[in-house]
Amino acid sequence: MTTVSMTVNGKAVSGDVEDRTLLVDFIRVNLGLTGTHVGCDTSQCGACVVHVDGKAIKACTMLAVRAEGSEITTIEGLAKDGELHPMQAAFKENHGLQCGFCTPGMIMAATEFVERYKVSGIELDEAAIRKELEGNICRCTGYHNIVRSIEDAASKM
Amino acid sequence: MYETKYHKASSADEAARLLAAAEDGKFLSGGQTLLPTMKQRLAAPTDLVDLSQIDAMKGITIDGKKITIGAVTTHAEVASSSELRDVCHSICDLAGMIGDPHVRNMGTIGGSIANNDPAADYPAAMMSLNAEIMTTKRTIAADDFFVDLFETALEDDEIITAISYTVPSKCGYAKFPHPASRYAMTGVFVSKNVDGTVRVGVTGAGASGVFRHEGMESALAGTWTADALKDCTVDANAMLSDIHADGAYRANLVKVLAGRAVASSC
Repeated sequence: MTTVSMTVNGKAVSGDVEDRTLLVDFIRVNLGLTGTHVGCDTSQCGACVVHVDGKAIKACTMLAVRAEGSEITTIEGLAKDGELHPMQAAFKENHGLQCGFCTPGMIMAATEFVERYKVSGIELDEAAIRKELEGNICRCTGYHNIVRSIEDAASKM
Repeated sequence: MYETKYHKASSADEAARLLAAAEDGKFLSGGQTLLPTMKQRLAAPTDLVDLSQIDAMKGITIDGKKITIGAVTTHAEVASSSELRDVCHSICDLAGMIGDPHVRNMGTIGGSIANNDPAADYPAAMMSLNAEIMTTKRTIAADDFFVDLFETALEDDEIITAISYTVPSKCGYAKFPHPASRYAMTGVFVSKNVDGTVRVGVTGAGASGVFRHEGMESALAGTWTADALKDCTVDANAMLSDIHADGAYRANLVKVLAGRAVASSC
């Protein structure tokens, strides 16, 4: 076992893990933060997306030991003082989810790329949103309302 | 995933030592191929030696027309480098087409070419740009580096530290991505050098992995237009053939995409 320490949602955490433990398992099992989902187990669906040092990554495709010393944000870390993050609120307002399983990954991916586009000054149009969502699979919505939610949130972020 | 022991290396020398001491170790870079493979128990290295945090192997250096990209530079870093885009936008475009944004935040150029997946994007660029692959032991020309499917000239304990190339006068990349995986069903990178010579690198299509197409190279050296390719032939029997596309389909893609790459080049 190896002891790993990192900051998750602003809180210092540590735990003993096997070296083969995936970051997503550390988050879900050790920390009990089950908002981060495992959808496919083959690194394709994006339900497990979290931010590691500000970058959206698939937590199922990174070892927990590799995240030593990192700053991590999960879906549980977005709402502040009981207020939903604008992206969460937009998904609610625009019916951006049906079963909701992919939603944490969608929201973590979207918050990252909206921010990234804002910093780079490139316009985030519908085509860009759809391209940026290539790593996130939804089996219910057909994506239209997800795209609308992100467009809505981007105007408020 | 079977049990494994993780080691973080802080230099390439240390990484080589750690691997030498391991029973059946593997180098880990971005892990976007290796970890999924381990999750499916198709690979079970006893040890993983993490190269991704070796500072000397990070970053992009631009010295006039000479580009050097550190091996653990991520696809996202290459895709978003405005300095690199100013001198050679095609390599940035290519990096931005790999996988998806999350993969690009982790995956590295060194990992991509060391794995030499026959459908990976970077090998086509390395061949076309006549890149040099710098390792802990030597410098290898791209033509000699890519040997066969998932096989390179690298020795077991040899580590790619960087890749380097000279920006050609024109280059472009066009890709037909697999609709689900975003790997190249076929991808073609074309470069026209200052001396008029042309190099065409093709990925995703060849039965033995990435290859150059000499017929297209001489046609494009004559006239740098998509139209110049119309009489070129691509041997369907030398193409990969699978559930996604047969050899004839891929052979056609090679020609079509070479034309698009030329049309989009600058």
